[in-house]
Amino acid sequence: MTDYVWLIIALPLLGAVVLHLVGSRLKEPLAGYIASVMSIGAFGVAVAAAIPVFKGDIGEAEIIHLWDWMPSLGASFTIQWDPLSIAMALLVTGVGSLIHVYSIGYMHGDERFSRYFTYLNFFAASMLILVLAGNFAMVFLGWELVGLSSYLLIGFWFTHDLPPAAAKKAFVLNRVGDFGFLIALMLIFKHFGTFDFGVVLNNPAAQIAGGTATAIGLLLLLGATGKSAQMPLFVWLPDAMAGPTPASALIHAATMVTAGVYMVARTAPIFDLSTTALTTVALVGVVTAFIAATIAVVQNDIKKVLAYSTISQLGYMFIGVGSAAYSAGIFHLVTHAFFKALLFLGAGSVIHSMGGEQDMRKMGGLFKKMKVTGWTMAVATLAIAGIPPLAGFWSKDEILAAAFARGGVYQAIWALGLVTALLTAFYMTRWFFMVFLGEPNWDEGIEPHESPQSMSVPLVILAVLAAVGGLMNTPFFTGFSNFLHPVFAAVHEQHAPDGTLEYLLLAISIVVAVAGVAAGWLFYRGSAEARAHLLERYALRMNFFENGWNINSGYERFVVKPLGTLAEGAAEFDNKVIDSAVNGVASVVGWTGAKLQLVQTGFVRSYGVGILSGTIGLVVWILMSRGR
Amino acid sequence: MVDPSWYLTLAALLFVIGMAGVMTRRNALIMFMSIELMLNAVNLTFVAGGIGYANPEGQLAVFFVLVVAAAEVVVGLAIVVSVFRRRRSVNVDDLSELKG
Repeated sequence: MTDYVWLIIALPLLGAVVLHLVGSRLKEPLAGYIASVMSIGAFGVAVAAAIPVFKGDIGEAEIIHLWDWMPSLGASFTIQWDPLSIAMALLVTGVGSLIHVYSIGYMHGDERFSRYFTYLNFFAASMLILVLAGNFAMVFLGWELVGLSSYLLIGFWFTHDLPPAAAKKAFVLNRVGDFGFLIALMLIFKHFGTFDFGVVLNNPAAQIAGGTATAIGLLLLLGATGKSAQMPLFVWLPDAMAGPTPASALIHAATMVTAGVYMVARTAPIFDLSTTALTTVALVGVVTAFIAATIAVVQNDIKKVLAYSTISQLGYMFIGVGSAAYSAGIFHLVTHAFFKALLFLGAGSVIHSMGGEQDMRKMGGLFKKMKVTGWTMAVATLAIAGIPPLAGFWSKDEILAAAFARGGVYQAIWALGLVTALLTAFYMTRWFFMVFLGEPNWDEGIEPHESPQSMSVPLVILAVLAAVGGLMNTPFFTGFSNFLHPVFAAVHEQHAPDGTLEYLLLAISIVVAVAGVAAGWLFYRGSAEARAHLLERYALRMNFFENGWNINSGYERFVVKPLGTLAEGAAEFDNKVIDSAVNGVASVVGWTGAKLQLVQTGFVRSYGVGILSGTIGLVVWILMSRGR
Repeated sequence: MVDPSWYLTLAALLFVIGMAGVMTRRNALIMFMSIELMLNAVNLTFVAGGIGYANPEGQLAVFFVLVVAAAEVVVGLAIVVSVFRRRRSVNVDDLSELKG
């Protein structure tokens, strides 16, 4: 069955090409149907091809060679079909298909309906190239293509003010990360002489020493911080919410932003050689997780809360892979994709029914009006808050337990991660209360209503996944870790502790999660006035968090402004010095021409005089020189 | 036999007359005739030189000059005719469109 794996990439790509060529001529839902069928088809192929691996018939990674690309660089079009890429491919196509279907309802009535689905299919194909790649060159290809499709989808409504600027910001910050990624690839090629995973990741210790491994690891991390919105490059993700909500769900929550985590897990043999790089990954993760969570607590935009929450959860994944608990990191990646995609789709459903309103202060009381959305969001909120037995609890707990078990600085990371878990439970409860419970604060004339079936069915499916998805890997049943184990068999993987300590950590996690939810409940169940009174006392500190720790304005002041000044200076130099040199040459030529043209009098006689005097001069000169 | 210097003197005389005509007259046809005069003065010099040095090449050169002069007249007169059709005048001072 693995012979057909290439179809996983080809189907969405075909959809994108077809929709690009004839999309504008299709009637509205048809483009959505085509795109969805392609995505579901890719999911079907992925499932069929994964079955032999699930059954254990194929133990080793299957390499499917499609065609030569740059054979001398060890870069051909090869698909690596191993448990890690299977997990990612199933996630991308599965969640992607649900979001495709959901988008048919959400994008209803948009004048560029088919163009949206072109981009969505194009994104799916790019992301699948990234996760199925069998060498670094193909990873980089996918890496850049997802960046492009993210840019296109953020800026989808390009006639408005915000989306184009947000798209540019995302692209530029991603380029900063890509720069690190590219240098890492060059280093890899320098030391291994090939890009092929089979060579590079098979016992890299034979080729590179600790220092080189640290350099490669840190540069890969820089690439990952750009794509996965980590410190210090995360500021693009909140702005990226300017794009259509289902695109945010797919790209900026479930799949593309996890590419960095995937890459760290994929290059685990390299990170395995360098404790420094690995610890840096975990530290970046925990700092990001904490900062983003504090910001999420005070946001009032329904999507911004989720965006910062995504950054925070991605931080958890980095803690996971940074603690060498690779399968825990990937596990959280998967469960997070379930509940965060669900949250975004739910937010989209709310925005849809509120006529485009995104300010949570103008919502409230929606639970009665939107039963399906409300219930599914309740599941998602509890899942991300870490209430057992929902998905988020198991994956988050496994990461924190692994960090604790690693000891040393990792125990500080564990502590900060726990505080972040408390904040997570708090801000998600706040989010749920502000949107669905309490008194309605709707603007005049808004009639909230439940969304159409094409939107609510994906919500329900994702809610089921968010509820039970975590059960595939618990302290009692490690199915997912076992499945991924062949990929990480050669590296020193960190596992959660066993026995009493394990249950103690589990209990602490539960207490923290429940405390967070309870705090949120106590705080937001009361009247808005009491809350406002309390908030006023801390208004100054709140502003700091609300402005995202002033990181954005810091970039504005220390990077954007100086670069702007430099650019203005360069423009001035161009105008004054270079342009005037060019203009000076032109004016000298013009002046000379103006003077010389007076010679052309237009009278035949004066030309005659010229010829005559010239001839006389020549004759005199000849005679004189002969005489000498 | 006439001394060659007489021929040369006559040729110089004809050449100066032709040149004065070109310089002073404004009628294109008169200027043409003056140019022909100058050409023939040169021809006379060639012939005289050919006799003086007992070399036939001087006479040969004259044939070339005649041919070229004939061609020049053909073109020149055609221009003059078409200018006259357009402007009803062949005054060269009026033809100063290309004045700088």
